[in-house]
Amino acid sequence: MNKPIYRVYLVVVVLFALLVAWTSRWTVFEAEALRDNAKNRRELLDQQRIDRGPIRDRDGNLLARSVPGPQDTYSRRYPENPLFPHAVGYAYVDRGEAGLERFYSDALVGDHGEITSLLDQFLARKREGDELRTTLDPGAQRAALDALGGRKGAVVVMEPDTGKVRVLASVPGYDQNAIRDQQTFEALNRDEENAPLLNRATQALYPPGSTFKVVTAAAALDSGKFTPDSTVDGNSGKEISGVPLANSGGKDFGPITLTTALTNSVNTVWAEVAEDLGKGTMGEYMERFGFGADPPIDLPADEKAPSGEYRNGRLLSPTSQFVDVGRMAIGQDKLLVTPLQMATVAATVANDGKRMKPWLMERIVDPDGRTREDSDPEQEARVMSETSAKELQQMMGNVVREGTGTAAALQGIEVGGKTGTAEIDPDTDLNQPWFIGFAPLDDPQYAIAVTVERSQGGQGGTVAAPVAQRVLQELLG
Amino acid sequence: MSARNRELFALIPASLLVTVGFAAVFIQEDELISDASLTYGGVFLGLCFVAHLIIRATLPDADPYLFPLVALLACFGLVMIYRIDETLAREQAQWFVIGLLVFAATILLLRRDYRVLERYRYTIALVGIVLLLLPRVPGIGAQVNGAYLGIDLGPIAFQPAELAKICIIIFLASYLRDTRQVLVQGARRFAGITFPPLKHLGPLLVVWGAAMVLLVFIRDLGSSLMFFGAFLAILYVATDRASFVVIGFSMFAFGAWFFASTVGHVADRIDAWQHPFDDELYEQVGGSYQIAQSLFAQADGGVAGAGFGQALIETSNGSPILPAAQTDLIYALITNELGLAGACGVLVVYLLVTERGMRIAMLAQDSFSTLLAAGLAAVFALQVFVIVGGVVKLIPLTGVTLPFISYGGSSIVANFILVALLLLISDRARREAAGR
Repeated sequence: MNKPIYRVYLVVVVLFALLVAWTSRWTVFEAEALRDNAKNRRELLDQQRIDRGPIRDRDGNLLARSVPGPQDTYSRRYPENPLFPHAVGYAYVDRGEAGLERFYSDALVGDHGEITSLLDQFLARKREGDELRTTLDPGAQRAALDALGGRKGAVVVMEPDTGKVRVLASVPGYDQNAIRDQQTFEALNRDEENAPLLNRATQALYPPGSTFKVVTAAAALDSGKFTPDSTVDGNSGKEISGVPLANSGGKDFGPITLTTALTNSVNTVWAEVAEDLGKGTMGEYMERFGFGADPPIDLPADEKAPSGEYRNGRLLSPTSQFVDVGRMAIGQDKLLVTPLQMATVAATVANDGKRMKPWLMERIVDPDGRTREDSDPEQEARVMSETSAKELQQMMGNVVREGTGTAAALQGIEVGGKTGTAEIDPDTDLNQPWFIGFAPLDDPQYAIAVTVERSQGGQGGTVAAPVAQRVLQELLG
Repeated sequence: MSARNRELFALIPASLLVTVGFAAVFIQEDELISDASLTYGGVFLGLCFVAHLIIRATLPDADPYLFPLVALLACFGLVMIYRIDETLAREQAQWFVIGLLVFAATILLLRRDYRVLERYRYTIALVGIVLLLLPRVPGIGAQVNGAYLGIDLGPIAFQPAELAKICIIIFLASYLRDTRQVLVQGARRFAGITFPPLKHLGPLLVVWGAAMVLLVFIRDLGSSLMFFGAFLAILYVATDRASFVVIGFSMFAFGAWFFASTVGHVADRIDAWQHPFDDELYEQVGGSYQIAQSLFAQADGGVAGAGFGQALIETSNGSPILPAAQTDLIYALITNELGLAGACGVLVVYLLVTERGMRIAMLAQDSFSTLLAAGLAAVFALQVFVIVGGVVKLIPLTGVTLPFISYGGSSIVANFILVALLLLISDRARREAAGR
């Protein structure tokens, strides 16, 4: 009877081989699909068990922390009346992640790549998240929020030489703790009028108005075709792209230097300069300033937008036939920008022409106190020569000293800047006031961009410059 | 080296496993577990050693590898259960004590000649059938997931099918020893297929009927597959007629198809098996949630596993993510934590146990011993196939246990009896083979 026994055993072997094959099917061949299955909540539940590291501002105050819940789980808590809801974002198992919580999620959950994870697994070490220390400055941020006083808008402050972002204010804000509730979250998402979840500093696209003349001026000086003393006709009503262009208030300035033209924000001069430079040169300098690309700030890609000429919701090449280069040069035409982009323009001028990568991360520290990552200053582009930049700094100094930006002036500290007032709806006198600048003028420590949404009759000099003044006062005072 | 010394050395892997396993759980949850619980491991190893001494004293010539392999599985199971729940592990260890007592009792009772069992074959068969039907007796029967597999006697819950499988195998081995010659000689060829003689077809039809009754009354496809598969294995070994197996299997398949489409619960189980991610079935009580979670757990494990003690068993509010992790789905938990590699390792040990069983069957000198050993080995292997096959969605998921690994008293006791019988057969066979 031994032969049939042998055959029975062979059948058993075959059956077991089937078991191995099916186990392989789920563990290897179809594992990916099973992990992505909507009914599979393991990954989410797994994340709940990780003690996410805290997020702190530059003074060490907590911006986000994990609190233990039932059964070895943790959930996220944020300060009440948070200063930085948009920058910090949130991380909830059933809500997903946003902001720095999302961008630095790997570090915050202590995921240091395959090898160390395997080692942790082998040693059965509980995974602990790293701490994220940010560059965010609570005092300056509070000053910015106070100065905006509930008006919708944004303030961005950067250190020109390091790119560290000190202020990233977006009004209105929201309470990160409240959105744990599904209905609150949906309500905030539906509120299109206030769009509280929108990070206006990095995502909102506004017409820049005359602040863009700084870009035009940089192109003019650095291309070598103009100097601060070059004279251009500043009369109102000059034909630009075949259509007459007016100065603010229809004022005729006659032939004036570029310095005077920036101080008084003379549209016709800068439009003519740009037409003279041409779309190619303008486009090149815009690109160097970072227009046309996602800002390299450490935030998730869908929480930042590229600045530039937009047509039907799509970015245009600066050399496109649809671009009216003269009007673009004074911040009109189809130009839409983020406050972060305009802060970058001011910071680049202040940093003698070098554009730095903006950083929200100061450093990442593991639970043992070792620094894992540091935000080393990174140069993104050399936009203009040091000479051109210094000339432009002086021209911007004039704007605050005696031009449209006097409201940004500080006691005893010289400020460089440029105002802007984009008309949103001339019939109802709705404007988008702007101020970009830096201080101190001779040794810039901070670059700033301020904008306010739909200001009734507001001007850059009267609405945005005072906000900048208060923030710079807080930082330098 | 003598057989018993080989057995003693072969216990080393099990000891290592239990030591390393408990140490791992201990390190993993150092705050939660007292030193005292570590002693379970020690006690458990002690039990294995005691069992070895029993075998040494009573069955000196028995197969030296069977018990160490079983001990390896049992140690592994205990570590897994310990990792799920300390209390369950303590209970499981207590069941092992009882299991070993029954193991020793079986050996002592049948030491002189286990073939006395043949004399009581009809009694044993009756006991087996009664045991099978017990779960349907009102008052003590317990329904789990629509299947009637267990009985509930207040403090003890019991799966009678575990014991019944041994009774049925003893009966079949004994019955077929008598009739095998007749079955072969009286066979008729009809339409190119060899049929057993009509006179002896009756009892075989009875067995088939029993399997169908099992399917209808117990409502468990897996158990009936296990029983009927073992029956076919014994029948084939007894007659060496593949056609009998084909006929038998066809009858079973037909019956299974017929009842699956008429008995509600069985049909539900098959639906859940075919469409584990169907929204309705997934939400339904006793629907496809369990099998879907089993697959998710295995996907989570991958090739190398998530790491011992890393798998999710329940959510933070205590609702199960891996339902019945300590019984039905323990294989999914093993795959989750130790990966495809660990799961294959476990399967290989089961295959080795089966191989020892089959080898014992080949070595046995008389037909009853051969058929009994082959039947026991086959039913053991089929039980593993049925539950693991269910967990990996090869066949519909059922409620039988993974021998020696799953939590559960009746499973341990019954499988210890099974091993005791194999060792008894082996001892006699090897002694006779050696001419002593």
